[in-house]
Amino acid sequence: MLKIWSMKQQQQQQQKEAAASGDGSVKKKVTAAQIRVQKDLTELSLPSTMKTHFPNPDDLLHFNVAIEPDEGMYQGGKFNFSFTINNSFPHEPPKVKCTQKIYHPNIDLEGNVCLNILREDWKPVLNLNAVLVGLQYLFLEPNAADPLNKEAASDLQHNRENFRRNVRNSMNGGYVGHEKFERVVNA
Amino acid sequence: MRYSGAGGLGCEILKNLALSGLTDIHVIDMDTIDISNLNRQFLFRQSDVGKSKAIVAAEFIMKRVKGVTITPYFGKIQDKDEDYYSQFGIVICGLDSVEARRWINATLVNMVDMNNPESLKPLIDGGTEGFKGQSRVILPTITSCYECSLEMLGKQQTFPMCTIANTPRLPEHCVEWASVLEWPRVFKDKKLDNDNPEHVQWLYETALRRAREFKISGVTYSLTQGVAKNIIPAIASTNAIIAASCCNEALKIATTCSPYMNNYMMYSGNDSIYTYTFEYEKKDDCPVCGNLASDFDANPEWTLEEFMQQLPDSQQVRIKNPSLRTAERNLYLQSPPQLEEATRPNLFKKLRELVSNGQEVSITDPGLPFSVKLRLLY
Repeated sequence: MLKIWSMKQQQQQQQKEAAASGDGSVKKKVTAAQIRVQKDLTELSLPSTMKTHFPNPDDLLHFNVAIEPDEGMYQGGKFNFSFTINNSFPHEPPKVKCTQKIYHPNIDLEGNVCLNILREDWKPVLNLNAVLVGLQYLFLEPNAADPLNKEAASDLQHNRENFRRNVRNSMNGGYVGHEKFERVVNA
Repeated sequence: MRYSGAGGLGCEILKNLALSGLTDIHVIDMDTIDISNLNRQFLFRQSDVGKSKAIVAAEFIMKRVKGVTITPYFGKIQDKDEDYYSQFGIVICGLDSVEARRWINATLVNMVDMNNPESLKPLIDGGTEGFKGQSRVILPTITSCYECSLEMLGKQQTFPMCTIANTPRLPEHCVEWASVLEWPRVFKDKKLDNDNPEHVQWLYETALRRAREFKISGVTYSLTQGVAKNIIPAIASTNAIIAASCCNEALKIATTCSPYMNNYMMYSGNDSIYTYTFEYEKKDDCPVCGNLASDFDANPEWTLEEFMQQLPDSQQVRIKNPSLRTAERNLYLQSPPQLEEATRPNLFKKLRELVSNGQEVSITDPGLPFSVKLRLLY
């Protein structure tokens, strides 16, 4: 069924013809990852507390998300995350980082985020909406059991009032201990 | 004939192909020779350490086997385009990464042109993992493809971020801590290169300090390398068996001397020897081979909006709120608001301004569980 060795000449001939006609340019194929991102993004159903922003609108694989919690201890702040999606999506989760230095038990000072569905519990059936909802949930219910910022987690667990004060201080751009945090509230 | 990978499987396959009488072979490998390869990658000698695997392997074989021409390429398979791959008769892969396999599989599936039977390149894929291995024959668009069976892959080991950060118990946790958390913290924007010995040495030392702090034993240089690069130990005899199977299939397809494998052979050497061959079935909703672009005759003078109005009539399924994109740019996206606004002016542009003749457009719709790809022809 396969005339494997006879193809070369024919193919080369075709290539020459294509090159001669000026239409030999390689047309980029749409990758499976791109289609999935397109589907996920156009079908996001986000509450008004979350907004996406695309620095380059034609590049769907790199974007930012701003979360403005309307309740809980982080109310009034605006928290920014960067999303980087590679061509292994959805077999690999998106890479998510907080782009500000914030005081949060599940987010370290470098912006790494501890959210199970971003690492060990990621499954291809999960979509970007699930990740975004998960991120917002971290601000509504910070979780002391999975700490990335140990001091913050310990405060949350043992001295909730103190934790609340630290959150307010940090959100205003103040210090918690020796660490100065980024101002995330609007003036 | 083209062969990708000149590592453990690669040395075996190249040797088999050359000794089977194939005379024109191309080989691609992006790796350089490491001292730890020498126990099983028999085309390399100690003096070759640091050189390109593809180049050294090609030279060795050509020296030993008269009349064979091997053209090496030192680089990634992804550096080459469809024009390059269309010159070959059969593609054999002995790759060590899922990503590279998915790429070559999707490329070969996309190359199939119904009007040109010769555009169909059989893909023979071999892989080993310790005592286990598999070889399979993929006839792009005819049999199941690599992507169809992706869900069979075991999950890559990942540890919760908070365990790595706070409560390491295993030496692997320490290495992950060094590579995932410490490297970006210390070196900021410098990218970690797992093939750079200095980088791996830094990871090793950092992981070792971490391990001492938490009284964990077992962090070694080779463990560090293994975890960082996700290496699975390679066994020479498994490579030889899988390579033999791949080359048998290549020979059968090339000469039609015997029916070729249909289409998946698994091999396990864990408990004596066990092999089983079966037909892995095509997945209807495979994102690579179950979703081929269909041709769509379009009028270049239509506006994008007029084109979108044609869609519901032409598909068996109803498309109500389509979002459209080419590989490079958005055409029209229904959401999020920023992108809807940015792409709205395109609705009134003519198709010829947005999509070139023969270009693919991917269409998604909240009402569709899958997506549609159309190749626009003017």
